[in-house]
Amino acid sequence: MTAPSPDPAPPALELRGIDKRFGAVHANRAISFAVVGGSIHGLIGENGAGKSTLMNIIYGFHRADAGEIRVQGRPVEIHSPQQAIAAGIGMVHQHFMLVENFTVLENVVLGVEGGRLLAGGLAHARAELGRLARDYGLEVPLDAVVSDLPVGLQQRVEILKALYRRAEILILDEPTAVLTPQEADQLFRMLARLREQGKSVILVTHKLREIMAVTDHVTVMRQGAVVAEVATRDTSLRGLAEKMVGRAVLLQVEKGPARPGAPLLSVKDLEVRDGLGMARVKGATFDLLAGEIVGLAGVAGNGQSELLETLAGIRAPSRGEIRLQGRDLVREGLDPRARRRLGLAHVPEDRLHVGMVARFPAQANAILGYHDSPAYNGGVLLDRGAILAGCEQKMAAYDVRPPNPQLRLSAFSGGNQQKLVLAREIDADPRVLLIGQPTRGVDIGAIEFIHKKLVALRDAGKALLIVSVELDEILGLADRILVMNGGEIIGELARAEATEERIGLMMAGVKAEGGV
Amino acid sequence: MSAPAKLPRWAELGLLPAINLVAALLLSGVVVRILGENPWSAFKLLASGAFGSQDSIGYTLYYATNFIFTGLAVAVAYHAGLFNIGAEGQAYIGGLGTGLVCLWLGAAPFWVVFPLAVLAGAVFGAAWAFIPAWLQARRGSHIVITTIMFNFIASALMTYLLVNVLIKPGQQSPESREFAPGAFMPPIHELLGRVGIAFTATPFNFAFVLALVAAALVWLFIWRTRWGYALRVAGENAAAAVYAGISPPRITIGAMLLSGALAGGLGLNELMGAQHRLLLDFPGGAGFVGIAVALMGRNHPVGIVLAAVLFGALYQGGSQLSFDMPKINRDMVVVIQGLVILLCGAMENLFRGPLAALLRRRDVP
Repeated sequence: MTAPSPDPAPPALELRGIDKRFGAVHANRAISFAVVGGSIHGLIGENGAGKSTLMNIIYGFHRADAGEIRVQGRPVEIHSPQQAIAAGIGMVHQHFMLVENFTVLENVVLGVEGGRLLAGGLAHARAELGRLARDYGLEVPLDAVVSDLPVGLQQRVEILKALYRRAEILILDEPTAVLTPQEADQLFRMLARLREQGKSVILVTHKLREIMAVTDHVTVMRQGAVVAEVATRDTSLRGLAEKMVGRAVLLQVEKGPARPGAPLLSVKDLEVRDGLGMARVKGATFDLLAGEIVGLAGVAGNGQSELLETLAGIRAPSRGEIRLQGRDLVREGLDPRARRRLGLAHVPEDRLHVGMVARFPAQANAILGYHDSPAYNGGVLLDRGAILAGCEQKMAAYDVRPPNPQLRLSAFSGGNQQKLVLAREIDADPRVLLIGQPTRGVDIGAIEFIHKKLVALRDAGKALLIVSVELDEILGLADRILVMNGGEIIGELARAEATEERIGLMMAGVKAEGGV
Repeated sequence: MSAPAKLPRWAELGLLPAINLVAALLLSGVVVRILGENPWSAFKLLASGAFGSQDSIGYTLYYATNFIFTGLAVAVAYHAGLFNIGAEGQAYIGGLGTGLVCLWLGAAPFWVVFPLAVLAGAVFGAAWAFIPAWLQARRGSHIVITTIMFNFIASALMTYLLVNVLIKPGQQSPESREFAPGAFMPPIHELLGRVGIAFTATPFNFAFVLALVAAALVWLFIWRTRWGYALRVAGENAAAAVYAGISPPRITIGAMLLSGALAGGLGLNELMGAQHRLLLDFPGGAGFVGIAVALMGRNHPVGIVLAAVLFGALYQGGSQLSFDMPKINRDMVVVIQGLVILLCGAMENLFRGPLAALLRRRDVP
């Protein structure tokens, strides 16, 4: 922790009364806060709290209706990312802005090549990056093609890009969403190093743990306004969560012990290949038992998504069997619709692009996959009354806001979209529920609600398989944990023997049998 | 933030298209002015040529009938995420089916010929759409390319058939013999005459009513049935369709069959209603106008009917205009149509932002 310096040095970045409206939405209400030079400043808030809008104003994507931005005490006008960069502000987006088939070096100089010929700029960049690597411990193979690098290194390239452009203030938007716990630790060590060198970092996240672990100060936003600004050491996990949501929250879902019953879904020696013939899932074998939640952990891209999609019937496996109610779904070649009829429901990982049609109204989304069920159909025409009533009932039971079935789905927040998808799949009374990223992009209040629903479903004797990149979520919900690495189920842990470290090691490919 | 500005429904469906249309007419006026004619009198001629008399109204709606069928064909494919450029060829081959039934059953009464002719038109049109659909669904050949190709193939095939097979013996021009009266679509003036309303004799015929029925059925199908729902899901988001157990290839084939069948309706109007024989190039570009009609009508049957009447009016009024103002020839009329397509279709969002800003300012005092 940096002690506040006695001399009144101006803050690295100061916001005064930033205000922004989008039509009727008041996204930022008179936001003021200051980032002390050489510190790590956390910015937390639920989805829709206005964090992204604020960062986009600082980085010049949006223009504030009112207010002032000061850098090192001087007021600056920022109306474009170029001006933000000129003012010494760098941003690492959640989705990397890299050209995948360029080398690291080419990506770094992109846009600041300097001169008509590349060679000079590249040589200069090579020298400069060498210096940055030494100063900050940011080693990256400069001539490697970006798409060949692991995600953690790609993120490092983004940071290098910002530093190469002489950023003094670095904004990181949800930087750990794609990292393993170990990679996240590396990132935090790197950030600490940047702080030592006098740089300032703004860490935008919804993960309270990260705020507690690495920040010096934290600003909490709710409904477009700053509700708290505190030194991190003066607050606690629970205190921050309550400020964020505006009421007391349960950080851990309360649940009794599982009472596993008979296997409902049996997977045997399942192999899945992608379009290029590469095996994405290699010989997966496991059972899902009635009355238990199984968590499938792994770094994104290690076959969990493919496994989930294959179970749901979206992908065809190249080998193996999936048994449900004594029937082999693979050999019979059952499509997702037929699987739903057998009691296999699926909440996909990418709900916006797979689980729903964003431009359709909520009520049309509430029947997706069940649109030919007799409940929603007369003889020839759809039963509009039943569809509307069904949607209203789901919205009421799952507290979807606003409860307007006619509203286009894209107008709902991520949490409310997810609640509607869950309502649709759970209301169909499935035996087995497959859920990808149950709470991705969902705010804390809704997370609590969703977790309770899932536990209730387990207690009603259903089998649940949860794929999540949030280790906290798996640890909080699962009764049994499978870990995937490189397409293999590398190990299985009962909840009692699972720790973040053990799972993290397995996610990184260290087999449990060998290590522990 | 690049999403188009939101407008209230009335402005979206009424005001914005009206503004676009006025802008297109103003631009056309500038062109007319450059040619040395008075834009206002040109516009008056165009309007009276399209709607000024029973005769002109009859012709306008007769042209519109073709455009409704092809516009619906394009729209159904569009909702399934497919750009069917082949309505021209599908209408051509669909008309062949209708024409063959009319030639073979010529002596039979209308109520025998009629259902079979409708059926044959739909089946032939659908069959012509099926091949590109199958190639797209099962082989990944792009439907835009294949449907364009199939227009040419249809054209060549029809030329061959008319020149070598169906031509009336002892005649030079490549046309079949005339249908028997049992294969004539009842003209509207005749139907109105039966209930005592006098109307000038024009090619405007009962097929217009069929086109309106088709529009109503398309609306019911797309927005009120589970099959229409599946079709729209597949068109909006193929991944969501697969997730829901809807097979996008099957939707592609089904939507194109329906699309081709609708395009095949053109023969009912053009052959049974007006020409009373099979002849070369009877679709006359209506398949392509159908693309503009669907675009302008926002792929909604009501919008398509309105847009089809507008284009019918431009066709009919335009020919009147070129007749009365020699400086404005047929090509000029095509330019005006082009400007309407440009402003109402391709650049329909030109005035959206300013209009949205204007309406917002009014709402917030």
